[in-house]
Amino acid sequence: MADTMAEIAVEAALPRPLPPRAHEDPPWVRRTLIGLAILVMAVLVVVPLVNVFVEAFAGGVELYWQNLVGDPDTLHSIYLTLAVAPTAVILNTIFGLAAAWAIARFKFPGRAALTALIDLPFTVSPVVVGLFLLLLFGLQGVFGPWLREHDIRIVFAFPGLVLATCFVTFPVIARELIPLMEAIGSDEEVAAVSLGARPWQLFHLITLPSIKWGLLYGIILCNARAMGEFGAVFVVSGHIAGKTDTMPLRIEKLFQEYNLPGSFAVASVLAMLALVTLFVKTTLEWRTRRELEERKRLSAQGGEA
Amino acid sequence: MSISVQNVTKTFGSFVALDNVSLEVPGGALLALLGPSGSGKTTLLRIISGLEVPDAGSILYKDEDVTGTSVRERNVGFVFQHYALFRHMTVFDNIGFGLRVRKRPKAEIRERVMQLLRLVQLEGYENSMPSQLSGGQRQRVALARALAAEPKVLLLDEPFGALDAKVRQELRTWLRRLHDEIHVTSVFVTHDQEEAFEVADRVVIMSKGKIEQVGSPAEIFEHPANPFVMDFLGNVNVFHGSIKGDRAAIDTLQVAMPGGSGDDAKAFVRSHELEIQRERNGRPALEADIVHINPARPVVKVRLHAKEFGVWLNVDVSWERYAELRLKGGDTVYVTPRNVRVFVHDFQI
Repeated sequence: MADTMAEIAVEAALPRPLPPRAHEDPPWVRRTLIGLAILVMAVLVVVPLVNVFVEAFAGGVELYWQNLVGDPDTLHSIYLTLAVAPTAVILNTIFGLAAAWAIARFKFPGRAALTALIDLPFTVSPVVVGLFLLLLFGLQGVFGPWLREHDIRIVFAFPGLVLATCFVTFPVIARELIPLMEAIGSDEEVAAVSLGARPWQLFHLITLPSIKWGLLYGIILCNARAMGEFGAVFVVSGHIAGKTDTMPLRIEKLFQEYNLPGSFAVASVLAMLALVTLFVKTTLEWRTRRELEERKRLSAQGGEA
Repeated sequence: MSISVQNVTKTFGSFVALDNVSLEVPGGALLALLGPSGSGKTTLLRIISGLEVPDAGSILYKDEDVTGTSVRERNVGFVFQHYALFRHMTVFDNIGFGLRVRKRPKAEIRERVMQLLRLVQLEGYENSMPSQLSGGQRQRVALARALAAEPKVLLLDEPFGALDAKVRQELRTWLRRLHDEIHVTSVFVTHDQEEAFEVADRVVIMSKGKIEQVGSPAEIFEHPANPFVMDFLGNVNVFHGSIKGDRAAIDTLQVAMPGGSGDDAKAFVRSHELEIQRERNGRPALEADIVHINPARPVVKVRLHAKEFGVWLNVDVSWERYAELRLKGGDTVYVTPRNVRVFVHDFQI
């Protein structure tokens, strides 16, 4: 008797299991599909990822380290990526916040067009983006003569790399923030304004705290894309070793020079950064979702006493 | 501080939310904007607050024209229907927000917040998060937050709309007491006439973007200005008839009606202004059958059908009278009006 009671109590505490569904596929279909998915994941993701590390460390840890820091060009490419990516991320955080604010909070003519335009960098090939920039800022480009007169270098230099990276990763943060801000709504912001909050106070006291996890998630994702960007940067960098080569460009160059251990060593650094990003991203995703659910639960029971 | 609304018009696309509305709110009053949904009452409140800008007309606080002033500068306290508390802030920070953005010293903020917590009877809750509070408590935090910066006017949008009946009743009584204590000019929006009549000094009845009547609860209840108000107040029986000379003929009843004329008249008789008799007593009366008796109220609600005229009647009977008459379903009785209001103009609900 006591056992039964305990069991009932345990059962009540657990979420009820889903009822068996009559329309569920037969077991062999399920198993085949799951097996296929695992196979594809293994062949396309896990094996190559493991292989990167295996190849990188094939000559031992010492050689691996030598491959990374012994070559000044490789070392410079790491520095360059660590400079270009954060710069692009900071710029895109500002642009992303502004765009998301405009789209989620205001109704204005051209709002739909702007929303569609934000996605443009995702649909255009990065190489084409690079060519755009070359046509605008290159020596023969639209602004070329003016830039040369004023001794400003954009293409084949740091600004060009940042510009290309910015353009390609622009949608990431805005795309993350627009639905989030629409879901949160503007009630609290209106309340804050009615209490006398100025625009800056409104932003950092009300808006920022409620979107912080989503924003951080967007920044992490943007950073990952920025560090790995290849196509657009390839075109505008002119790949000058030790000057405009970022990590992805350096990997490609080492690979072309048959320096496989060197190429894999740099690749392993990028892969590690990717794994860290993935971990942080998953954690943040979980937090944002939990917070949104909490909000929904709160506004749903707003009427209860 | 008195509020003056002068010829305010507001449209949303082709929908006319407010149609040339003028209203005076005396300083220190507690005024209710009452009306069905879509009557423009919330729009009027938002225009008074500055959250919405009128297409035409002006808003004056005392003698100062604030039509072009933003809500930020107007120093109003606004209580939102769904509270709109800052979810990531404690009760203390919520209430102190208006002072914090005005850069008041910390000690002053602390003192004021504690004072307000006492006022709204939430002492000891300053470190709670809004999610830990009940609906009624959240509403009181929203009120304290609106009052923190000593606003010139307090505006409340359906303040009790999202609460259950019992808490609503408590908060109504409490809001009335609070207003008697602090005397800030207050306007609140409601669609619940009981709430408006119980809490407010003055009630404004609105319909379709226009004001139908303004007055004290007693004035409006005793002297409804037009058929809309009469009908909106509810608990009323409507009879059709015509007016000849100084008398109105309503079915078989004849009522003194000096100065009126017209073929299509409507007479309104409140449920408690009809009397049930067992026998004819010489006064004009309608013969009717009792269809249903609902004794679950302070008064007994009796529903009757006058077969001869095809009229349904609702009559409120006191418990004493109910016991005396020993009414039961199916009885045939005689219904006499004590007070009839006749409106000649036709109207549509």
